[in-house]
Amino acid sequence: MSRTGFINARLVDPASGRYEFGNLLVEDGIITDLGSRLFADAIPDGIEIVDCRGQVLCPGLIDMRVFTGEPGAEHRETLRTASLAAAAGGVTTFIVMPNTNPVIDDVALVDYIERRARDTGIVHIHPMAALTKGLGGREMTEIGLLKEAGAVAFTDGDRSLNDALIMRRALSYAAHFDALIVQHAEVPELSHGVMNESELAGRLGLSGIPAVAETIMIERDLRLLELTGGRYHVSQVSCAASVDVIAAAKKRGLKVTCGVSAAHLSLNENDVQSYRTFFKISPPLRSEDDRRALVAGLAEGTIDVVVSSHDPQDAEAKRHPFAQASYGAIGLETLIASCLSLVHNGEITLQRLLGALTHVPSDLLGLGTGRLAVGLPADLVLIDIGASWIVQADGLRSISKNTPFDDRRLQGRVLRTVVGGRTVYTQD
Amino acid sequence: MTNADAQTKPLFPHRHLLGIEGLSTSDITSLLDLADTYVVQNRQVDKKGSVLRGRTQINLFFEASTRTQSSFELAGKRLGADVMNMSVSSSSIKKGETLVDTAMTLNAMHPDLIIIRHGDSGAVELLSQKVGCSVINAGDGSHEHPTQALLDALTIRRRKGTLEGMTVAICGDILHSRVARSNILLLNIMGARVRVVAPPTLLPKGIERFGVEVFHDMRRGLEGCDIVMMLRLQLERMSGSYVPSQREYFHYYGLDYEKLAFAKPDALIMHPGPMNRGVEIDSAVADDINRSVIREQVEMGVAVRMAVLDALARNLPNERPL
Repeated sequence: MSRTGFINARLVDPASGRYEFGNLLVEDGIITDLGSRLFADAIPDGIEIVDCRGQVLCPGLIDMRVFTGEPGAEHRETLRTASLAAAAGGVTTFIVMPNTNPVIDDVALVDYIERRARDTGIVHIHPMAALTKGLGGREMTEIGLLKEAGAVAFTDGDRSLNDALIMRRALSYAAHFDALIVQHAEVPELSHGVMNESELAGRLGLSGIPAVAETIMIERDLRLLELTGGRYHVSQVSCAASVDVIAAAKKRGLKVTCGVSAAHLSLNENDVQSYRTFFKISPPLRSEDDRRALVAGLAEGTIDVVVSSHDPQDAEAKRHPFAQASYGAIGLETLIASCLSLVHNGEITLQRLLGALTHVPSDLLGLGTGRLAVGLPADLVLIDIGASWIVQADGLRSISKNTPFDDRRLQGRVLRTVVGGRTVYTQD
Repeated sequence: MTNADAQTKPLFPHRHLLGIEGLSTSDITSLLDLADTYVVQNRQVDKKGSVLRGRTQINLFFEASTRTQSSFELAGKRLGADVMNMSVSSSSIKKGETLVDTAMTLNAMHPDLIIIRHGDSGAVELLSQKVGCSVINAGDGSHEHPTQALLDALTIRRRKGTLEGMTVAICGDILHSRVARSNILLLNIMGARVRVVAPPTLLPKGIERFGVEVFHDMRRGLEGCDIVMMLRLQLERMSGSYVPSQREYFHYYGLDYEKLAFAKPDALIMHPGPMNRGVEIDSAVADDINRSVIREQVEMGVAVRMAVLDALARNLPNERPL
């Protein structure tokens, strides 16, 4: 039996509210004991010791929105390279989007992702399956069979399901399987632009995407959800009005949840200034007022989860005039560090932030992890939340280096990442 | 200006001309003053100078253009530069694959000045980061067209004596117009009062914070104006997508004598060309020699581009003694 004691840790478990100095025991990959009284008398002989030196030991992070290039565009990112980046970012489980070539819309392809993830990845990886065949927005996929095969939720990824009839049926049908429907909320007809519709877009001569394009789609879907029942999740909200709409729907008792990306929490449209294509993401970065509303929405719980929205794009795809450049930014490795600035600025508590990155997404997806609890797999991350570092794009582990945080100083460094009791990353 | 002055204080302290944004009153005044001297030179029998002798100028046009490209070509030749025209067909660069590569290839030929037009906003700035020479923006998407704004300013200044205090109404498709953006910036810098006149669908969001007064009613917008600046409206935008029809557009926003009567009696009519006669401007108005300065704008265009080429070349390394 392998036994590891994590000692002198600041144990932070958002699910139970635990925040105490203590120790944690892992036996054969499972958490078997933890707390301030564990090892109070003596540390038992013959166990491996990890001295946490007073740093935060919390459940490994769970990232609900990651794109890779596998299968089909492995030059951008593979499941393996994404898992290396994830481990370095403290992420022990991430969910890949079905927007690959071929699209993950079939049981065999879900099997393929699960197998490749197991064989090549160093963290847990699960797929979301396509909500419509070929992401075409016309026909539902085999929601029941795909779920049985291991798909944790259903989405068209970076495409909005625009057809109200198909959305209504998908919500209604999925409810029977308790399957989560995840929408990229954007009315396509209003979204022909390339950045937030604003004075800045006007000055830059770029076509804008109005915030209402997102809010209108969410409002429509919520009306449908009221008819159908079921569980509906907005993958990313980007503006204040969407937060308000979701808060009101939750008050009405609808089973709606939503996420926000780390980029939208810390950047705004002004970062696009002078056509920096690494800040071209979907939905677009909005105004500073919107960013503040997102932070507030996360703090008060209207926004449930935080995602990296990791989307690797090679330099060629970004080295274009702004309108021609691809959307997307990588974010796995900078996920926790970019969010911790909100904690350091006092805008959100550490427990709330970590909750949105651990047990909340776990519960939404039915993973059964994301907690420091006896009997659960030891997916853990050790973080020095005060350590500052400067992001160097070239040093990041993703194959693609399109980070919006290049050369930025971030505060918060992952020291060690543990998956199922096995250390998969330590800071050099 | 003496030699010593020129060495200590550059006439135009910028490496590129990417836009009007970032220029100062004195930058613009210097260019206009210099352009005035070229207007004189261009009216002589011997129009040829030599300040760009030995320099290589490349006109790199990713978007078809007749007048701007020939204006830059003539400007360069009159200053003694070797001018090469490159028109890159829009289809081969539709996705922009070769955009940066094209620039790098040209850069390897050691040009001194590259003039670029591209259909995407920001494309010229992107290319300027990849080359070692001076870059002039000849129009990028809906962003800027600085030499057009400068030639408009020169035209106004020569006719009216000044830009300061002039009331200028810019009319038409402001949303898609780089000419409008550059003119709004320049006229504000030079102390003019700027109005924009357009239906709401052809105005960018937040236009009221660009330093302009917004009018949807053309008659009210033209009231008391010194300058009426018309913009071209692309025909495909007039079939229901932005405005219902050509007929309706001309009725409300076309410049005819009836609407022009609201402007000052000596108001000038300008148009960057090419015109859609009968769409945004009545044919007779466009040709009215007492009011229209549209052909004069073309003449000023060559002079202004000579001034810009000259000013930027003065900052290039290995400067010849003046």
